Amino acid sequence: MWGYFLGRLAIAIPTLFIVTIIVFGLQHLLPGDPALALLGEDRSPEAYEQVRKQYHLDKPVPVQYAMWIGNALTGDLGASLRTKKPVADLIAEKLPVTVQLALMSMAIALLIGIPTGILSAVRRNSFWDYAANVLGLSGQSVPTFWLGIMLILLFSVRWGLLPASGYVSPFENLGDNLRAMIMPAFVLGAALAAVMMRHTRGAMLSVLRSDYVRTARAKGLNERRVVLRHALRNALIPIITLGALQLGQLLSGAVLTEQVFTIPGFGKLIVDAVFNRDYAVVQGVVLVTATAYIMLNLLADMTYFLVNPRLRG
Amino acid sequence: MRSRFSLLIGAAALTFAGAAQAQHLRIGLAEDPDLLDPHQARTFVGRLVFTALCDKLVDIDANLKIVPRLATEWSVSEDGKTVTMKLRHGVTFHDGEKFDAAAAKFNLERALTLPESRRKSEIAAIATVDAVDDYTIRLNLKEPSSPLLSQLTDRAGMMVSPKAAKELGANLANKPVCSGPFKFVERVQNDRIVLERFANYWDKDKYHFDKVTFQPIPDATVRLANLQSGQLDMLERLLPTDIAAVKADKRLNLQAITSLGYASFSINVGNTPRANTPVGKDPRVREAIELSIDREILNQVVFNGEFTVGNQPVAPTNPFYAKTMPVPKRDVAKAKELLKAAGVPNLSFEMQVPNDTQQTQVAQVLQGMMREAGIDMKIVSIEFATALQNQTKRDYVTSLIGWSGRPDPDGNIHVFLHTGAPLDETDYSNADVDKHLDAARTTYDVAKRQEHYTKAAEQYLKDRPIIYLYHVKWLFAHSTKLAGFKASTDGMIRLENVKLQ
Repeated sequence: MWGYFLGRLAIAIPTLFIVTIIVFGLQHLLPGDPALALLGEDRSPEAYEQVRKQYHLDKPVPVQYAMWIGNALTGDLGASLRTKKPVADLIAEKLPVTVQLALMSMAIALLIGIPTGILSAVRRNSFWDYAANVLGLSGQSVPTFWLGIMLILLFSVRWGLLPASGYVSPFENLGDNLRAMIMPAFVLGAALAAVMMRHTRGAMLSVLRSDYVRTARAKGLNERRVVLRHALRNALIPIITLGALQLGQLLSGAVLTEQVFTIPGFGKLIVDAVFNRDYAVVQGVVLVTATAYIMLNLLADMTYFLVNPRLRG
Repeated sequence: MRSRFSLLIGAAALTFAGAAQAQHLRIGLAEDPDLLDPHQARTFVGRLVFTALCDKLVDIDANLKIVPRLATEWSVSEDGKTVTMKLRHGVTFHDGEKFDAAAAKFNLERALTLPESRRKSEIAAIATVDAVDDYTIRLNLKEPSSPLLSQLTDRAGMMVSPKAAKELGANLANKPVCSGPFKFVERVQNDRIVLERFANYWDKDKYHFDKVTFQPIPDATVRLANLQSGQLDMLERLLPTDIAAVKADKRLNLQAITSLGYASFSINVGNTPRANTPVGKDPRVREAIELSIDREILNQVVFNGEFTVGNQPVAPTNPFYAKTMPVPKRDVAKAKELLKAAGVPNLSFEMQVPNDTQQTQVAQVLQGMMREAGIDMKIVSIEFATALQNQTKRDYVTSLIGWSGRPDPDGNIHVFLHTGAPLDETDYSNADVDKHLDAARTTYDVAKRQEHYTKAAEQYLKDRPIIYLYHVKWLFAHSTKLAGFKASTDGMIRLENVKLQ
């Protein structure tokens, strides 16, 4: 088992390397000159030359990449073209926000998705099953930005219960932090819960039909024990895979939700950076999120061993 | 658990009530500013922050007249080539450093020489700066420059602490030290910029807030929702389509003022390959295009009639508007005739349009009106950074774009229409126009300047390298609790005598 994981870790390094090359290359394929994006109305030829020189944009792309990766290997991710802030500082500033939003959304998705999934599998073709399916389908179909704006209009503008947008650090004021985060977390969580619910239902249905469940029932175990102890444990494997992928996605930033609720996380950071052609920021954020993605997948693989004894060879 | 949660909410409510008494102003911005160093900054939105953070040598009043700030009086020499300024006594920077002639000299030189400075072209007329005595500076100019003083009403005239600037260099942007009514506390990118009252400000009695927070909220609907639910006290750049909602809300006030800028489309009229089209080559075709447009309808359809219709780089209310060239009436029949005479009765051309909702709508309305004159205008939707690149590379036929505007007409005209000027991206070149624009720049006599600008306008508005459409209005919405705020034509939020009741 450990050999397997070490092998996987070793593969992660070249993967990250390739990811950075692809992202760097793709950014340079984008039309739109970063020096011009930076200068805007002040784009005089003189200023243009100065900016190109200052940020080494006048050098060939492979040279620019070599300079970036060289610095990155020594831990220096460069500074934002737009605000001169070190990229490492920006990431340190935004990562906790994104992690909190991701964990809260995931918790909401799990709390809604798994129980409703189990319920609709156990009570297949009942009213509950149909209701859960309709809810799930709408959760998947409603665009997050629309749901976000509707919630803001209802809870903030009409009832004045929650702040419309913005972010407060939990260390500053935990209550304000939760009040600010609950709506965006719900919007993100609701969409994920829908996917989670459908997968749980599918996995449970196939497990419930299997022989060992019939055996368990034949032994006279009560239904609750059969469903939760015997069936769910096996059904969880595809759900864990899905959850890890979803969490990876959440950590790379929820672009639309962060935009609507003005949450200063990774999503907003990377979108602004792409529009401003702020190469250093895009590269830095991608490096961090790609690492998180790879690690989460690895973690998911390890979890399989925990829930499914048959895999512990 | 529940009691703990309600306790937290109670605590939050208390802090909130406390904040209201301590005069905390929260302003919603449409974008996140860039560098917080007046010499390096590039964005319009950043200027809103600088207005509270940094003091400048001079300012403009409601009638665009230049009024004292850190410079109390000034005079121009007979030959127009030296400007002498007396400076205010008793001014300190946020780090306690004294403001004097040496500091002013340092700042102007920094704006002229810092490699990252974006102010160089704005004050390029200055050759050298002398500190005559402790509180007098002399600007020695390369040639007389009437727009220079107006440049000093903005970022080029803002003063930063020489000590901090020497220590931090270009990194001053992360920890700006100015001399304005409010000093820098912190910035969280994409989230907030916090300023607090500067106790030693020379004019502190006119400023009433203990704390000012700028919050970038790009989504206009959400920005308004924050104002309606009380998380903001005011916001800038309200959407014209939201005016009705603000007017209907008894807790909100609206202020609108015509900006110094303009919206237009540029036409590539030079000698590059993409200028080689009937639109680029034949002035009759460009006239036909302009005649097919009804600016009033455009304003009604896209902006609920809230903006100001115009046909020149300055608004019709501006003293430098050429009265001999009024907004032309739509004339589809004449447009068709001109196209026929030019040999292109079925004209077809491309317009590059930034891919935001409002610009796209403007382009669609133009497209509809042109179609009635038999013109097939094709919209090429494009992202802003790419649009700029196409313009600098002359890789466009026509391009929908605007200008945020400058207080002096020179800043709206010379830089775009003078041969080889930095933003002459249409490649327009006319010796007569050049002559008048240069003359208007080097004389201080307002009547003579008006005459030169009118003569120039009579030519370039006939040649039509740029077709001007309308002037945006700056729209501010704020809580009725906010008293004393008056919108300025440069779109800035001046906090003098503004308070929360």
